[in-house]
Amino acid sequence: MRRSLIACAAFAFAAFLAGAGVALADEARPVGDDPVLEKHVQTLTEQLRCLVCQNMTIADSHAPLAIDLKNQVRDKLAHGMSDQEVVDYMVARYGDFVLYRPPVKRSTWLLWFGPFLLMLGGFAFLLWKLKSRDTQTDNATPAELQRAADLLATPPDTKE
Amino acid sequence: MSEEKKQTASAGTFLRFLLPLGVFLGLVFFLWRGLSLDPKEVPSPLIDKPAPDFSLAQLQDPQKVFSRKDMEGKVWLLNVWASWCETCREEHPVLLELSKMGVVPIVGLNYKDERGAGIETLNKLGDPYQLSAFDNEGKVGIDFGVYAVPESFLIDKHGVIRYKKIGEITPEVLSKELLPKIQELNRA
Repeated sequence: MRRSLIACAAFAFAAFLAGAGVALADEARPVGDDPVLEKHVQTLTEQLRCLVCQNMTIADSHAPLAIDLKNQVRDKLAHGMSDQEVVDYMVARYGDFVLYRPPVKRSTWLLWFGPFLLMLGGFAFLLWKLKSRDTQTDNATPAELQRAADLLATPPDTKE
Repeated sequence: MSEEKKQTASAGTFLRFLLPLGVFLGLVFFLWRGLSLDPKEVPSPLIDKPAPDFSLAQLQDPQKVFSRKDMEGKVWLLNVWASWCETCREEHPVLLELSKMGVVPIVGLNYKDERGAGIETLNKLGDPYQLSAFDNEGKVGIDFGVYAVPESFLIDKHGVIRYKKIGEITPEVLSKELLPKIQELNRA
């Protein structure tokens, strides 16, 4: 009786291990299939945005849609599509938003060049400021300069 | 102080006080605008493009196939839904109301669902759809750029997507956006 109990427990444990093994194997299977392809899928999906959790890449996200899209990318690459073709496939469905690196076009000019414009503006402002500081003393008329010199020359107590 | 200097002084004050105010107002404008923008609403590149072609088994009758071509010459609404989708439940009464109006046929795309659960949902809540296509792998969903269920696509007589609603069709969306669009397309 006791022996059969132990056997039963051992069997249950073994079954549990086997179950876990199956689950792990299921999860890891695609990597085992073709490590080169898997690496390719990884690098490509790192450039694509997950639309459900918007600040994650498709590579990072575990959202069901991200997993579907990763499978889709794997499928297309396995069928000989180029990176650009896969990216175009994604953009055709989800728009530029799916790209982590937005393309340079008219609607994104401000995004790409705005910071440089701001920097240029800052430099221009700085230059202008420095220049006006340079010429500040020149703004005084000779009469005013004379008056300032007089004031400085006069001892404070005898002033006025 | 000479007249000329007074003027430069006032220009300086002008800059000193009005420039920060201007920058501040600009910031307020952009932040205010940001409040009314929904980052979840990604503009679809499919608007004004032909709807992706597809053929799927129907939900209630697996023997029958629905394909996009079946709707050629009609204005129709493709509504992506699932039994596991909470928002779809909230949207459901609005779809029932729309189907009663009879202005547009509604086709469901039962997205990544179990057949039994999908049928049960329709039996319980009522079926606003002319039929539902069964997309349990979500592949047609991907072709339509679906990422948040429910989503609805209004497709014109030539099979071109004219309008897309991401998320729930509220009664307000129905009366202010969808119905006018349907009328416009039906007239065309």
